[in-house]
Amino acid sequence: MDPIIFLIQCLNAVQYGLLLFLIASGLTLIFGIMGIINLAHGSFYMIGAYMAFALQPVVQQFLGGGFVATVVVCVLLATALGYVLEWAFFSFLYTRDHLQQVLMTYGLILVFEELRSILIGNDVHGLTLPEWLDGSITLGGVMTYPVYRLFISVVCMAVALSMYLVLTRTRLGMKIRAGASNREMISSLGINIQRLYRIVFAIGVSLAALAGAIAAPVTSVYPGMGHSVLIISFVIVVIGGIGSIRGAFLAAMLVGFVDTFGQVFFPGIAGMLAYLLMALILLFKPQGLFTRG
Amino acid sequence: MQKTITRALLAATVSLACTQAGATVKVGFMLPYSGTYAKLGEAIENGFKLYVAEQGGKLAGQDIQYFKVDDESDPSKATENANRLIKRDQVDILVGTVHSGVALALAKAAKAADTTLIIPNAGADAITGPLCSKEVFRTSFTNWQPGYAMGQVAREKGYKTAITITWNYAAGKEATDGFKEGFEKAGGKVTKRLMLPFPKVEFQPLLTEIAAEKPDAVFTFFAGGGAVKFVKDYADAGLRTRVPLLASGFLTDGTLEAQGDAAQGLLTTLHYADGLDNPKDKVFRASYTKAYPAIAPDVYAVQGYDAAQLLATGLNAVKGDASQKGAMRQAMQGATIDSPRGTFKLSKAGNPIQDIYLREVRGTANQVIGIASKALADPARGCKL
Repeated sequence: MDPIIFLIQCLNAVQYGLLLFLIASGLTLIFGIMGIINLAHGSFYMIGAYMAFALQPVVQQFLGGGFVATVVVCVLLATALGYVLEWAFFSFLYTRDHLQQVLMTYGLILVFEELRSILIGNDVHGLTLPEWLDGSITLGGVMTYPVYRLFISVVCMAVALSMYLVLTRTRLGMKIRAGASNREMISSLGINIQRLYRIVFAIGVSLAALAGAIAAPVTSVYPGMGHSVLIISFVIVVIGGIGSIRGAFLAAMLVGFVDTFGQVFFPGIAGMLAYLLMALILLFKPQGLFTRG
Repeated sequence: MQKTITRALLAATVSLACTQAGATVKVGFMLPYSGTYAKLGEAIENGFKLYVAEQGGKLAGQDIQYFKVDDESDPSKATENANRLIKRDQVDILVGTVHSGVALALAKAAKAADTTLIIPNAGADAITGPLCSKEVFRTSFTNWQPGYAMGQVAREKGYKTAITITWNYAAGKEATDGFKEGFEKAGGKVTKRLMLPFPKVEFQPLLTEIAAEKPDAVFTFFAGGGAVKFVKDYADAGLRTRVPLLASGFLTDGTLEAQGDAAQGLLTTLHYADGLDNPKDKVFRASYTKAYPAIAPDVYAVQGYDAAQLLATGLNAVKGDASQKGAMRQAMQGATIDSPRGTFKLSKAGNPIQDIYLREVRGTANQVIGIASKALADPARGCKL
């Protein structure tokens, strides 16, 4: 393989991995800290994408703003949605067993899909990008690389970095980490665990929605877009170790690389490789790469 | 006295005959009414009903009674859904479906129950290949057909090498197999066959491969959301200006609005196109638009319309008595369908022998610019009819 092509493929892998991280980090937060298996997480990704599609003209008209403003509005709305959903549904699930959680969140998938179908329909939609994001740059004279893909990478890295800082440097992060390790201890220290959970859940939802909104211009917006993303996110969470943000990051990168290079070198079995990777890692580290950290 | 008896007998016979003439033909639609393919199912049903309405609501003098089942495009529910129509509703004719996997199960169920099946879309080669049977007819196409025709076109354009790219699933493989066959028979060479798992849409690594290989052309098969994204990504990667993109028509049918500028000028092949300048199509489009003002007539509506035409031919041959299955099927097999796409006949395997059009994307239309392959018959490999 030509070294420049190799480098571009690495860029592709990193970009895909970062996007996966954005989705999987929310899932692992909710899973690891509140112990909820949230099958509806893919729906939040879909909701983010559809909101971006639906709100773009509105934002354009009232705020005069372009794409970035739309994404910000989407994330804010998603956060509010997450807050309400936690209050209305998920807060009842903490004490229930995993089967009931799966049933409930699966039900939510059906509800969200149906709502989407009623409100927006079953069509495939595209999203328009502002001019400054729409171009391409030439890489090594071999191929042009879309600027927007670099933008996705930058946004995801910024989110990953700020998440790291929040978790390790702030009081909220300290509480979240403590809550992940020992639920009883943190509530007996007089911390409102209910509110903490609600915040974590809202953050998780907004991360998925952010991923959906910024992925929308390149993946286009289509029914069922959340399903495939959900499965690969669970793979990442399992590989990385449940509840570990650091693990999710590493696992997302691994999956990004395995997937990208797998498609090039082993097209016949590319779809399996991420799962093979998971099986292999679980063989040696049954808990995943990192456990809670 | 004798007169009275004769009269009574006569009256009885007449009334009996009347009952028979007034019997209805039961048509069972097994189509996707929900999910990604819902619109396609709707268009097929619209097309079918439009033809029946044009005949005054009757085929061969018989009222048509419709039964509907949503197949959800779910192969695992296909047999159960088909049996609901066959056993519970006892339909005379099955019409379905869009998804190839469901159609395969449907064909098997129809065969087992000796029920006539008309497939108005699903293009799986196997249905009119190894699994072909006298009960099963298709008014659409095989995946092989547009691919093969585009292979010939690519060679005529002087391309020597090509790469194919599609999802790693039956329809994609069959379409690209068809392209490879047509292209290589004419002296071209497919240098690489790229595939990604269905329904993934992360094309970037494969586009990088294409940029590195620099073939003369790329042939692709994608549909729906994947098609929109592929066309956009292809343009974003700067490949549109360097490597011509050729495709089976499903890449641009029903997806042009979402694809926007990225699709302009794309060449595709299909058995239907916008701007076919034949009287039948003009009439069809006008009456379809009148009956269903909200939806534009498309290839799916045409396939549904032709399914009804095919059934009409069969029923006419048996004077509306759908229980004479053998004679009805024989008539259907030998039918010449005056379709909006142009007249076509069925092959022995029950698949249309039809013109495949070369189309170019102009605005939001797949404008016809020529015939890629005249009266192209599917080879129907493995069919033992």
